[in-house]
Amino acid sequence: MSLLSVNNIEVIYNDVILVLKGMSLDVPEGKIVTLLGANGAGKTTTLKAISGLLKAEDGEVTDGNITFMGQEINKRDAEDIVKSGIFQVMEGRRIFKELTVTENLIVGGHTRKDRGNIKRDIDMVFSYFPRLKERFRQVAGYMSGGEQQMLAIGRALMAKPRLMLMDEPSLGLAPLLVKEIFEIIERINKEEKTTILLVEQNANLALRIADYGYIMESGKVMMDGDTTDLLNNPDVKEFYLGLSDVGQKKSYRDVKHYKRRKRWLS
Amino acid sequence: MDFLLQLLISGIVVGSIYALVALGFVLIYKATGVINFAQGEFLTVGAYVCLALVAQLQFPFWLAFLFTLVVAVLMGMLIERVALRPMIGEPIISIIMLTIGLSSVLKGGVMMIWGPNNRAYPQIFSQVPIHVGPVVISQIYLWSVGFAALFLLIFTLFFKFSSAGIAMRATADDQQAALSMGISVKKVFGMAWCIAALVSAVGGILVGNINGVNISLGFFGLKVFPAVILGGLDSIPGAIIGGLIIGMLEAIAAGYIDPLVGGGMKEVIPFMVLVVILMVKPYGFFGTEEIEKV
Ligand SMILES: Nc1ncnc2c1ncn2[C@@H]1O[C@H](COP(=O)(O)OP(=O)(O)O)[C@@H](O)[C@H]1O
Ligand SMILES: [Mg+2]
Repeated sequence: MSLLSVNNIEVIYNDVILVLKGMSLDVPEGKIVTLLGANGAGKTTTLKAISGLLKAEDGEVTDGNITFMGQEINKRDAEDIVKSGIFQVMEGRRIFKELTVTENLIVGGHTRKDRGNIKRDIDMVFSYFPRLKERFRQVAGYMSGGEQQMLAIGRALMAKPRLMLMDEPSLGLAPLLVKEIFEIIERINKEEKTTILLVEQNANLALRIADYGYIMESGKVMMDGDTTDLLNNPDVKEFYLGLSDVGQKKSYRDVKHYKRRKRWLS
Repeated sequence: MDFLLQLLISGIVVGSIYALVALGFVLIYKATGVINFAQGEFLTVGAYVCLALVAQLQFPFWLAFLFTLVVAVLMGMLIERVALRPMIGEPIISIIMLTIGLSSVLKGGVMMIWGPNNRAYPQIFSQVPIHVGPVVISQIYLWSVGFAALFLLIFTLFFKFSSAGIAMRATADDQQAALSMGISVKKVFGMAWCIAALVSAVGGILVGNINGVNISLGFFGLKVFPAVILGGLDSIPGAIIGGLIIGMLEAIAAGYIDPLVGGGMKEVIPFMVLVVILMVKPYGFFGTEEIEKV
């Protein structure tokens, strides 16, 4: 049985805007699963439905259900969901700008019962991100984008979650930093045994570190499979990896054409 | 020179109480985004409750003091739960109107229970003044500054080091991110109101002991506006420094300008400062400029 399963959910914002239309996915324990798709497809909404953050945005799961370790969680508060072991690293890092690096990490461990181990785990985070250690007393708002992303991930580590939801950790970062962040995501998965659901625009890298992938469009999954299969799928190659057969880059402008073809295929 | 020193000392005494009340005001604003127009009435309620315990129920002062703090915390909790929480997500203007209404309700309640007359605390602190060099300080002033400083220190440490205090600052910084950490934002809101009520009650008890107690104590609370505008609406250190400065300005105005113009400057000066600051430095000396987005 999967650690997390999202079963056919429908999500509506402000009582009228239907965004997810029968979205399903499964995340097995110990794996990295990636969720890909164009802007506006509903990836962030899916993560927020899982973490309970939808409620604060006037969004609601109106159909289907979400189970974590066999328990239905879609009616619970964000607070309870964090306590049960799911932690979302939000899009755009969202570090606490006025707090220091160390204080941000302490807040990450807010729901933990074993407060005595907080100090030890701050050191654990620093071992993943030595750059944060050098800046431990700095006010987080003044750090660079890459450092802020490291802090956002470090903060998640502090919660010791079973499942980490990551929303576009590579957004706006230089290629070298992106590579570094992805290596650390892999390490967290292996060393901390944290299951990861990774939402990405950078399909290429995401498919390389993940075990399984979902591609969503307009509020539901339209393709899924082992990442090795997805990487070799000509459609995926052309429209998500930005490589056509001749190896040249394609832009998202071609997505329209893709949709048309998809309809024809199905 | 001695005269100036004397003025500054009484300015610091009153200013430290402003600082205390301003801390509560800023805390509510920072954590919940609400401008609390009932802050002054929290002070009135604190002063009356403690007085009632001491004078009517014959409690020893220290016990009455502690008891009043408990009452204040319960009042803060109740107000947040019953009045403010259902308003989450409502337009800010509605919430401001609500706090104005709340201030009338509290004032009315105090009037109903204790009537409109001036009252005075029985003498609690020795009236023998203390001489420090050329200046004479009454003991109540010393106690008052000591208390205000103590509570300011306690809360500064609380925000800096305790897990609840850090969570409160995180919530003030980014509410949704705080939710994603598993922080109970509702609890944080509740805590902000409790602390605001508590520090104001302390302020009320101190002012009550210095000046006596009457229904217009709430006006004393109004002085937090110049203080927090000066310091920056969302800055706790700013609130403390702003409170002290306003207190001293008032004292100096009372000592030097009032004799020339026949009085009244003491009351006006803080609000003149408010207007000037709004014109030249709208975010105060320590406020965040981003604040407008809120
Ligand atoms: N709070 C909200 N209220 C209303 N509509 C929203 C809200 N958040 C997202 N949406 C809409 O839902 C759709 C999916 O958004 P999102 O989940 O953020 O997509 P993605 O993360 O894949 O880019 C978009 O059309 C977006 O406009
Ligand atoms: Mg998104």
